[in-house]
Amino acid sequence: MKYLDEYRDPALARRLLAELGTVATRPWRLMEVCGGQTHTLVRQGIDEILPAGIQMIHGPGCPVCVTPVETIDRALELAARPGVVFTSFGDMLRVPGTTTSLLQVKAAGGDVRLVYSPADAVRIAAAEPDREVVFLAVGFETTAPANAAAVLLAQALGLANFSMLVSHVLVPPALTAILEDPECLVDGFLAAGHVCAVMGFTEYEPIAARYRVPLVVTGFEPLDLLEGILMTVRQLESGRYEVENQYARAVRREGNQKAQDTIRRVFRVADKDWRGIGSIPDSGLVLTEEYGRFDALRRFPPGRPAAAPQSECIAGQILTGVKIPTDCPAYGTRCTPRRPLGAPMVSTEGTCAAFYSAGRAATAQPASAATAGHAD
Amino acid sequence: MTASPLFTTCPAPSAETEHVLLGHGSGGQLSAELLRDVILPAFGFAASAGRPLEDAAVLPLPTAEIVMSTDSFVVHPLFFPGGDIGSLAVHGTVNDLAMMGAMPLALAVAFIVEEGFGLDELARVSRSLGRAAEAAGVKVVTGDTKVVERGAADRLFITTTGLGVRIPSARPSAGRVRPGDVLLLSGPIGLHGVTILSTREGLGFEAEIGSDSQPLHRVVAAAIEAGADGVRALRDPTRGGVASALNEIAAASGVGVMLDETALPVPEPVAAACDLLGLDVLHVANEGCLLAFVAPERADAVLAAMRSCPESAGAVRIGAAVAEHPRRVVVRTAIGTERVLDMLVGEQLPRIC
Repeated sequence: MKYLDEYRDPALARRLLAELGTVATRPWRLMEVCGGQTHTLVRQGIDEILPAGIQMIHGPGCPVCVTPVETIDRALELAARPGVVFTSFGDMLRVPGTTTSLLQVKAAGGDVRLVYSPADAVRIAAAEPDREVVFLAVGFETTAPANAAAVLLAQALGLANFSMLVSHVLVPPALTAILEDPECLVDGFLAAGHVCAVMGFTEYEPIAARYRVPLVVTGFEPLDLLEGILMTVRQLESGRYEVENQYARAVRREGNQKAQDTIRRVFRVADKDWRGIGSIPDSGLVLTEEYGRFDALRRFPPGRPAAAPQSECIAGQILTGVKIPTDCPAYGTRCTPRRPLGAPMVSTEGTCAAFYSAGRAATAQPASAATAGHAD
Repeated sequence: MTASPLFTTCPAPSAETEHVLLGHGSGGQLSAELLRDVILPAFGFAASAGRPLEDAAVLPLPTAEIVMSTDSFVVHPLFFPGGDIGSLAVHGTVNDLAMMGAMPLALAVAFIVEEGFGLDELARVSRSLGRAAEAAGVKVVTGDTKVVERGAADRLFITTTGLGVRIPSARPSAGRVRPGDVLLLSGPIGLHGVTILSTREGLGFEAEIGSDSQPLHRVVAAAIEAGADGVRALRDPTRGGVASALNEIAAASGVGVMLDETALPVPEPVAAACDLLGLDVLHVANEGCLLAFVAPERADAVLAAMRSCPESAGAVRIGAAVAEHPRRVVVRTAIGTERVLDMLVGEQLPRIC
């Protein structure tokens, strides 16, 4: 397995750790932005074998986690409508809205279908012209090109029964919001490699300069993360604050121009609410006027307003790195992946779910085993 | 009635007989024809023509412990690389018996068929089921067929119930594992789940791999011959994968389990598919491999015996039961860290078997 083992070599990992141990002379707090990086860090236990004083803070980069509860509620309301086929990526299905989740709507008879690509949703719309097909378009800059391409495909096919419920978010404004927070603890960032594969990293250069904070574009394998951490700490120790690229095998400074053009053709930048954080200026994408007819919010008149969201979940503090999951009194007790109170406990990229599935804290107990008649 | 080419021969539209009709489950003439022409020959009953079909089978049983298990099969799609719902329905139940140290003796087979299902497909599934039973050396001794209205089931569901005879020296149980026992795995993991998912969603991996669906009772017989009572626990990691099977055993025996991630045999397309889809291969279903906890002094002999069977030629040692962290499964990762391996929450892939 060449493509994987190269980036999981134990001897190289030990060498990077040893080097990190000699480079770091004082404590540093680094934030990995992307939920995929959080998943690898926690799953591989990397955050626990770092030299003393190097602390990882888990960032807001889980698209499932930051989708506002109002959007989930809107999705639930649309999914329950007769005549609607509601399509979504799998990890959105279990996210709790105010009262229920897409999985529960599906069990109650709603036509909710899991798709692996937004193009699949377009294909469903083409095959079932008498149904309204809605796709829940969430994600960062990484998923935006494919979602934009799906809108272009629907237009090319002349589909009048396809629309998107869009909740797209952008990384750089979120980093700015975190750095502007007076409680901000972050000394340096591991920027999200896949986001930068699309967007490049020029937009991070002014952030690094203005806030005097190093940013290292980092991949997702264990060695990527260790190298990204080492590069960030090197900058901190030598007083530099630059944008560096650890993930050079996938990321160029200017990014993927064609993907960016596709995004710009279909979407425009707008203010955006982040679940648990609040509104961040210019931090989201919405459909442009030209493609407004594919906007599910326009196509379907609004339903009843949702009740106030549950208050026990501390998602906002988790997503900005102010707190870690084990700080939350509900973690592992009232809030588990089976009965999540908030989104960070749902997606495998969510910090709380990553902690829970890696068995962090003593409260996580395996389910009891069947003793008889195991039927498989 | 005007003369039409459609009615120049038999007025009964022949297309009608190519699909299962509600009448095929009526207990009347169509039912009898379905049994006689499609199902019984597939299960090897042609030679027994002349003997009356009774309401139940009478089995002369040896004076040993009888083991019984039942399982329903709702896999979607019905046909996939490496098998189909018919062969899977045999392997699933044979393997459940085998995990208790039993050799399969007899199977009961029940079909629930949706009205309109293709008769040719039913015949194909029946033949596959019959062949799988014959290959496993187990007889189909009784069965049932019900037809439900269109929409009341999805094409075809099968339930198989198996009877087996326990090997006298075998006492495998999820509750008998002790610290120090060696954990063996009979072959590569992740193939069934990834094949089903890839076939269903057209992801393309199914061109390179197939389901591992196969009977495991011969592997169990060889393991028990080599390890006798030292074969402490056996489990086939089906739904929920290796993670669920090990967590169940850890909980039932009150031991910890330490798993060596680098020792796991994961075929490259499976690893690639799991990375792409965000699945943990340890949560993915298998239908043709088993986990065995074996007393340390017997482990080498059992591993060698397993490797001598074609079904488990790739058997490997992947970990051990430990006294530390009771009731928890811990994975030692490739980079030398440790993480807890929990059971899957919710449904990763519906209708996998």
